[in-house]
Amino acid sequence: MKLMRCPLNGWRNISEFTYGGEVESMPNPVTDASDVWAEYLFFHQNPAGLVHEWWCHTATSYWFIAERNTVTDEIIKTYPTSELFQKRVDFSQEEST
Amino acid sequence: MPHALIKYGLSRSYPGHRHFNSRKELKDHYDVVIIGGGGHGAAIAYYLSKYHGVKNVVILEKGYLGGGNTARNTAVIRANYLTEEGVCFYRDSLKLFRGLSNEFGYNIMWENRGQLTLAHTDAAIRSFRWRAEVNKHLGVRSEVIGLDEIRELVPMLNMSEHARFPILAGLWHADGGTARHDAVVWGYAKGACERGVELHQLTTVTGLDIESGRVKAVNTNRGKIQCGCVVQAVAGNSSVVGRMAGIHLPIHTFPLQAMVTQPYKPVLGPLVSSPQYHVYVQQTSRGEFVIGGGSDPYPLYNTRSTLEMKESLAAAAMEVLPFLGQMRLLRQWAGITDMTPDYSPIMGLSPLENYYLDAGWGTWGFKATPICGVTMAELIATQRVPDLIKPFSLDRFYQFRQINEAGATAASH
Ligand SMILES: Cc1cc2nc3c(=O)[nH]c(=O)nc-3n(C[C@H](O)[C@H](O)[C@H](O)COP(=O)(O)OP(=O)(O)OC[C@H]3O[C@@H](n4cnc5c(N)ncnc54)[C@H](O)[C@@H]3O)c2cc1C
Repeated sequence: MKLMRCPLNGWRNISEFTYGGEVESMPNPVTDASDVWAEYLFFHQNPAGLVHEWWCHTATSYWFIAERNTVTDEIIKTYPTSELFQKRVDFSQEEST
Repeated sequence: MPHALIKYGLSRSYPGHRHFNSRKELKDHYDVVIIGGGGHGAAIAYYLSKYHGVKNVVILEKGYLGGGNTARNTAVIRANYLTEEGVCFYRDSLKLFRGLSNEFGYNIMWENRGQLTLAHTDAAIRSFRWRAEVNKHLGVRSEVIGLDEIRELVPMLNMSEHARFPILAGLWHADGGTARHDAVVWGYAKGACERGVELHQLTTVTGLDIESGRVKAVNTNRGKIQCGCVVQAVAGNSSVVGRMAGIHLPIHTFPLQAMVTQPYKPVLGPLVSSPQYHVYVQQTSRGEFVIGGGSDPYPLYNTRSTLEMKESLAAAAMEVLPFLGQMRLLRQWAGITDMTPDYSPIMGLSPLENYYLDAGWGTWGFKATPICGVTMAELIATQRVPDLIKPFSLDRFYQFRQINEAGATAASH
């Protein structure tokens, strides 16, 4: 069984985790046009190689980030989202400008 | 050694003629360059050369002919989809399959077995009724059937009320069937090569030279080729090759695993599928039971097999058809599939003027091989997008006009 290290729960069977898609920055819901949204929702980098993704430890609903190699099926590292997102993303401010 | 045998061995007619051209140098220029020598690439070449007189065509294949998903699929052929666009498209493909052996003069072993999908929930029954009505309206034979009819069709099914998910009803698709997957690609490639198409195996496309919105040349591990136009038909490598053309595709790449038992006497006529258990089973004409199911849980460009998937496939197959527990597994494998968000393909024009897309076939594209060849060849030869494939354009994702076949593709075939 393949193992993955959850930043909260430690090493667990990979079947305990749910894959949540590539890390991409979300367009502005108020100001961005629909084709930008289409890109964000449907189009992905889908690289053959290194990828940054959202993963969730299903049993504890804990979301984190994983770096994987999609060719060799290696998990390179996993870390809490706080390493990537240090500030709150606030769309409502941009809306008022 | 008997004299007759020596005479035969030395005669001019032995060995018989080759199906495909032997390895030779690449030419400097082709009118049409097809990237990918699977069923789709070969079918496009066949229809171009036979029906449109376009013969200066090359198929570039990085491995060997039909060694990708064409060799790895479980050969379920059906048209019982949900959307009007999907049903019409796969219906026409099924019609072509029926006549393909005659078309080629080469046996593709098409067998009209019928396909049975099982409902284990009320929601599934509702969606079956919907599919049956859409199918009938468009000339595809599908009907919702009850437990007695299911028992008659497949007496070995686990019909117990105490099963984890008891069987409640079925969607019987009398038109469904199967064919020898390798024979399909061989038949197309043979017919294309006889008409002057060149097949180059062990030839990898490594990049594209693009100038003012057109592909000027195709780079390969064996040198550069000038081209009139290019089609990509590379299944699991769609995003990778698309990127060479600067085209971003709505695709995630997942492995799909399957397995097959040793051969046994023929007992299972129809193809049987259970979306609830994520499993489907069919007995090949050689007697083996082919077992397939859902995709891997996360994206990967790797054909490794996993114990988890084998366990869950075997457990689900035995739940539906308990006699399979007596069988011995012969082989297991995986293919790499290009999954779209709406479980429908991406066919037709691309942002580049002379570059065509045949992608997003995911876990369901073998059954589309003939109609995809016909329509893509027509598009390339006439520059007009055939009505049948208009809805499958890449643009649909920007227009939010997805063709949702997720339900009708639930156990991935
Ligand atoms: C396990 C499994 C079960 C399936 N079951 C079914 C089923 O029951 N029914 C159904 O309809 N579909 C099924 N499918 C899906 C079906 O197999 C595919 O959609 C279909 O075969 C795609 O055909 P193709 O010709 O486009 O791809 P392929 O046969 O994969 O051909 C693409 C070719 O492109 C080549 N290539 C890639 N990159 C390059 C490059 N850079 N240069 C040159 N060549 C390149 C590859 O080597 C490959 O041979 C299944 C798939 C799998 C994996």
